[in-house]
Amino acid sequence: MLKKKAHSWLIGMMFVLALAVTGCSSSSSSNENGASPEDGKKVTLTFMHLWPAGSSKQHYMIVNDIIKEFEKENPNVTVKTEILENEQYKNKLKVLAASNELPDVGMTWAAGFLEPYVKGNLFAPLDDVLDGGLKDQFVSGTTEAYAVDNKTYALPLELNITPVYYNKEIFAKYHLEVPKTYEEFKHVVQTLVKNGVAPIALGNKDRWTGSMWYMYLADRIGGADTLKNAINGSGTFEDPGLIKAAEEVQNLVKMKAFIKGFNGLSNDEAKAEFTNEKAAMYLMGTWDLPQFTTNEDVPKEFRDKVGFFKFPVVEGGKGNVDSWVGGPGVGLFVAQNSKAKEEAKKFVRFFVEKWGEQSVTKAGVIPATKVNTANVDLPQMYIDVLNELNKASNITLFADVQMNPEAAQTHLNLIQSLFGEEVTPKDFAKQHQEVLSKTQ
Amino acid sequence: MNKMMSDKKVIALYILPSLLLLLTLVYIPIVMTGYYSFMKWDGIGRMEFIALDNYKELLKDKMFWKSVYHSFLLAVFSVISLAGYLAVSLVLSGKIKGAHLLRKIYLIPMLLSSVAIAQLWLRIYHPSNGMLNHFLLFLGIDDPPNWLADPSIALYSIFVPIIWQYAGFYILIYYAALKSIPASIMEAAIIDGANPWQLAYKIKLPLIAGVVKVTIVLAVVGSLKYFDLIYVMTGGGPNGASEVIASYMYQKAFRSFNFGYGSTVAFSLLLICVLVTWLIRKLTRSNEEIQY
Repeated sequence: MLKKKAHSWLIGMMFVLALAVTGCSSSSSSNENGASPEDGKKVTLTFMHLWPAGSSKQHYMIVNDIIKEFEKENPNVTVKTEILENEQYKNKLKVLAASNELPDVGMTWAAGFLEPYVKGNLFAPLDDVLDGGLKDQFVSGTTEAYAVDNKTYALPLELNITPVYYNKEIFAKYHLEVPKTYEEFKHVVQTLVKNGVAPIALGNKDRWTGSMWYMYLADRIGGADTLKNAINGSGTFEDPGLIKAAEEVQNLVKMKAFIKGFNGLSNDEAKAEFTNEKAAMYLMGTWDLPQFTTNEDVPKEFRDKVGFFKFPVVEGGKGNVDSWVGGPGVGLFVAQNSKAKEEAKKFVRFFVEKWGEQSVTKAGVIPATKVNTANVDLPQMYIDVLNELNKASNITLFADVQMNPEAAQTHLNLIQSLFGEEVTPKDFAKQHQEVLSKTQ
Repeated sequence: MNKMMSDKKVIALYILPSLLLLLTLVYIPIVMTGYYSFMKWDGIGRMEFIALDNYKELLKDKMFWKSVYHSFLLAVFSVISLAGYLAVSLVLSGKIKGAHLLRKIYLIPMLLSSVAIAQLWLRIYHPSNGMLNHFLLFLGIDDPPNWLADPSIALYSIFVPIIWQYAGFYILIYYAALKSIPASIMEAAIIDGANPWQLAYKIKLPLIAGVVKVTIVLAVVGSLKYFDLIYVMTGGGPNGASEVIASYMYQKAFRSFNFGYGSTVAFSLLLICVLVTWLIRKLTRSNEEIQY
């Protein structure tokens, strides 16, 4: 008898185990919790973001503060967060989207990333949130990156441009001036090579890093619109300016402008060369500003040595020095099937405004909303960047973000071959044109 | 207990949990992958049935065939390295000093996670600060290669840690097989005057032939679906120079957001693995069953 009991208990346990394991894939539905948005009734908003307390502590704390404040002002609303690391976040978003279970509010990236979600009717248009003054608070050109067919589907939180950081001490040692023109820039590179210092830290295993160099050359030689038009199909990638830019990239490679083995190094490894003062220059987004200003983990002596300059102009080129490569980072979306859409939109609006007030001072993140540099207390380099931002004549969105995912992968692979001198500038342009016209 | 095992219902009850797990985690996804491979699907929106278009494109896809070639190349190198492992095991199973310790040393790489191994080797291969290039500079070689950035050697550079990683695993298997050969057979051979070479070649190897066959299948199939180190160390780059089938599948599904095509690659990988396994089994089939 006892034996039989143990036996059935065992089977029972196995079933529980099997169910627990097989069942956990479908247990994280978000809409079970979303109550109806009737007035005075309790509403729970689910909010998914990608700033865990461990790796992005300051971001995490600002988010929590904003949520607390929002809940205080709207006592009927509770905000439930789910936090995942970047890559996992992207994967989870995809899975949730496939089963139409997106959180009420979440984070997305611009253009190419956002498009499939919009086409799948998963994000709600947020133009009504922008009406009534909020639109004017954004730096011009930032919300447009989240627009499909003239409707805006997400509101950006971050804005990044990409200056060339340089090591002032190394420059001083070899009597180098900050280059204003491309000729001067080449002179800097030659001098550094001659003296055995690696001129530029580049981690081109990640590919988008090299893409930024190409984009700047394309911008300075061909003008701000040539690349944009080539990507959206109104121009062509076989434009002489774009081919010339590819040639210039290979000239730089031939001059040994980039650190040894750059095609096999990740961005982090390349950055280490710059922070270890083995390389003199580093082209990177302003998301790295904290590391060169406020981050206590980086030695102060090094932080004091870092300056930045704008990518120099090319003589005879059509671009101007105030044109930047960059773009908004993550933005907030509201799910189309959210049961509490009004509250969700209210939350997004509230979040964007509060984030704009706090992010740069507390976390060193440049928000997509305008920052008045007069009343904030910030390191000088931040103020300089923010002032440059106000002067910017144009911001060209990162090429791999502008393109659809398929074309973006081809672009990134071609960038690697271009830098590795495995493809001629002409073929580089031709293959771009092929994939862009195929996937348009 | 015997009575219980003759009851079909009870048997069903016992195998049901693991069957459920296997079905939901392995077999159903395989069927789903096959189904997706006939679709045009970005992973988010609506699927569109396009019949065999994905497969037609796959046949024309140069990058895919390049990755297949790389995977088979890895399989060839893995099988060749099995001979080395076998030699090591033969030595270890002989009564040499420190065999116990050496066995443990060989096993350690297997205990490390793939990502840790990748990080370790990334540092060894680092073009300017890496151990390997430091050593080459020390030897007087002026311009040591960029191991992972040079398309002509990147793939082979990754093969080294992959083969190193699995050394312990196969040595352990061979060692166990060699140790299970009854001592009486060996003694008889020694009395008959067999030297150590004959002992290894004529007695030990034939007796563990079954195990060798299994390891060949394991090595080939494991190589064909290999992913980890490639993904972490080069991501398949530079420009596809180290792309293998599994990393190409990941690239297509999760980077290009082309889940339909990614599934086609995945399903083809499965077919290739099944076919190759069947071929190896057929080629190495023998009627002799060894019994001690």
